[in-house]
Amino acid sequence: MTEPAAPLPAGDEAELPVKPASNKERMAIERVAMPEQPGEVRAHNFGEVNQGLTYQLAMLEAERCIQCPKPFCVDGCPVRVDIPRFIKFLRDGEIAQAAESLLSDNALPCVTGRVCPQETQCEQVCIRVKKGNPVAIGYLERYVADWAQANLDQLPKAHPVQTGKKVGIVGSGPAGLTAAGELVKAGHDVTVFEAFHAPGGVLIYGIPEFRLPKDIVQAEVDRLVSEGVKLELDAIIGRTYTIPELRDEFDALFLAVGAGLPVFMNVPGENYKGVYSANEYLTRVNLMGAWSPDSQTPILHGQRVVVVGGGNVAMDSVRTARRLGAEEATIVYRRSAVELPARAEEVHHAKDEGVIFEYLVAPVEVLADENRWVTGLRCVRMELGEPDASGRRRPTVIPGSDFTIDCDLVVVAIGTKANPLLTGSAPELKVNEWGYLITDDYGMTSLPGVFAGGDIVRGAATVILAMGDGKRSAAAINSWLNGAWPPPPETNAKKPEKEAAVAAG
Amino acid sequence: MHPIVEREQLSPNVVRLVVEAPRIAKVRRPGQFVIVRKGPGGERIPLTIADNDPEAGTITLMIQAIGRSTTELTNMQVGEAIQDVAGPLGSETHLLKAGHAVCVGGGVGTAVLLPIVRALSDAGVHVTSVIGGRSKEWVILEKELTALGDVVTCTDDGSYGRHGFVTEALKDLLDAGGVDAVYAIGPVPMMRAVSNLTQPYGVATTVSLNAIMVDGTGMCGGCRVTIDGETKYACVDGPEFDAHKVNFQELADRLTTYRSFEQQALDKLGACATTEVKS
Repeated sequence: MTEPAAPLPAGDEAELPVKPASNKERMAIERVAMPEQPGEVRAHNFGEVNQGLTYQLAMLEAERCIQCPKPFCVDGCPVRVDIPRFIKFLRDGEIAQAAESLLSDNALPCVTGRVCPQETQCEQVCIRVKKGNPVAIGYLERYVADWAQANLDQLPKAHPVQTGKKVGIVGSGPAGLTAAGELVKAGHDVTVFEAFHAPGGVLIYGIPEFRLPKDIVQAEVDRLVSEGVKLELDAIIGRTYTIPELRDEFDALFLAVGAGLPVFMNVPGENYKGVYSANEYLTRVNLMGAWSPDSQTPILHGQRVVVVGGGNVAMDSVRTARRLGAEEATIVYRRSAVELPARAEEVHHAKDEGVIFEYLVAPVEVLADENRWVTGLRCVRMELGEPDASGRRRPTVIPGSDFTIDCDLVVVAIGTKANPLLTGSAPELKVNEWGYLITDDYGMTSLPGVFAGGDIVRGAATVILAMGDGKRSAAAINSWLNGAWPPPPETNAKKPEKEAAVAAG
Repeated sequence: MHPIVEREQLSPNVVRLVVEAPRIAKVRRPGQFVIVRKGPGGERIPLTIADNDPEAGTITLMIQAIGRSTTELTNMQVGEAIQDVAGPLGSETHLLKAGHAVCVGGGVGTAVLLPIVRALSDAGVHVTSVIGGRSKEWVILEKELTALGDVVTCTDDGSYGRHGFVTEALKDLLDAGGVDAVYAIGPVPMMRAVSNLTQPYGVATTVSLNAIMVDGTGMCGGCRVTIDGETKYACVDGPEFDAHKVNFQELADRLTTYRSFEQQALDKLGACATTEVKS
């Protein structure tokens, strides 16, 4: 575990620089760098990579925001955090107010401050990009959020008027928790159902400790519980309870169960010992704590690990493999570096940690020894052709380019699909051809009063897009419960076009 | 928390626990299972629900001590509580509606078989249970099964009942004719032997596959099994499948994935290594 960012100047820190007097002076301040564990050190531990800004760095960075009257950054944020407002409080030394402001917009700021792709959202549209580097909004968000988590007693406690309306939320991942936080603030009686024995969804089972410490997630959940959110763990909707039962029990439902089902490569040898889905690999390590030798849950420690895929989950898997002792950890991706869907920061971190990247390579067969233990991955080389439906250039096989990567573990991280467990138990819920729930402009499914968001609606996406769904759906549910239906235009839950474009990118 | 209200030692390494789980007791169907986690740091273990009492709000679990986690569970006493019991998971058994069913159980598989025998018997199906163990002390649930139909008991060493494997007793029943369905649950070699035996007779045969799993909801894909050349998940598509379509070789092999880890964990626990019951 890493120490949280120092909320106040440590005794040995130098005095703050002189306050800039003008925007010209602000523009002259260079963007601060995030302190991080050195690559060769962190490749062998599960401690957090990014260490968080110090007080001085945070104050310096806060001065870089020029407080645009019409801030683009807010439009770039799927949950519409009033970014200039919390930064202004911070730089004025009013950190409690900064925290209060941030928390009123974002139910999980410690999480988003760590895992959001700010570079394609708020920071991408920061006005300062025109003349250099954007304000490090993500770093500042994390700084303020970590302070809030350590100083909850300094924040005012809300006492919303209770409405007596009951809302059931299925899934305690980012979409579900965000909706829970919003709805409990509105005075509703909120219960969150979670299939696993611990809350957090992908924040707990998927994203590794070194990117998002599990104590941080638990503290965010604890805060929501202290605000009145009820949690029911080990409850699998579609098995333990059915949707019709929940509809009888609750005035509204929000379904946020995630995508969940792993996609495999569909190549020979995929069921040999030593082939994991990324879901299984990461769940064993993260949720079940198999990274610790004390864990009762086993994990295969590969010496030479190949991870198939180029998204954030692939980066999480390959970096985990390095930390579990792999001498060689390789990403196999069928397109080129340009098309890598993973966050730039994750790719950069992976490279620093010694991860090998094999671009324009696709697996065709898993090889094994006589005891059916994996010994290699037979691959072919690809070249990029014309753009396909996703706008990316379609990879095609170069004939006769077969080669083998020797390895003892293969992790498949090529995506997920809809889990039919919940939808299969409620046939009246309309799904599209891929099994994802169909919702209207307000996030409501084909069942009145039953809303849905996150990956089970949009397919595998990011934490922050799921949180955006949670926030918009919460507003729509609020209108539904208050009889103000359809909701007034500003709570329209339809995806903003800009955000949709970001998601596709 | 799920308090243990009853505990019984069925054989040297099989324990029967009655556990409070009111919701699951109300909705479970035969063939379904739960995922159990003893407490913080514990493994998630899939266990078939052997019985339920909706009134009392309890379910019955039969646990065979194989590795560290199952050994710790079998050592739990009345008054202690299991932290997590999630379910019911899996699909329910496709039950024969009428006629004669032979239910074959090996070792702790007999416990998994019990709810199926009960459901068949309740539906008016004539059930013959064929159960086995290495020797007398490894035979479990004979009394319970006798209350529900005919029972043929076999022991490998002849110390009790018929001398020999369950498959030999099953062959006699098949030869006698009139068997409409076979349900077989036990170690993989036993299920494979039953499947090979029934195939030429053309008797529909169902097996329950104890694949390694983490979540039990289809999320990890660890429990993938090959059925008729297609990948299926034991946790959601099963755990029961048409025996004649199962790739038993692959299942047996995948079950050995963590063998060395399991042995180390057991050594750490300081328990005597218990051997799997072979029928």
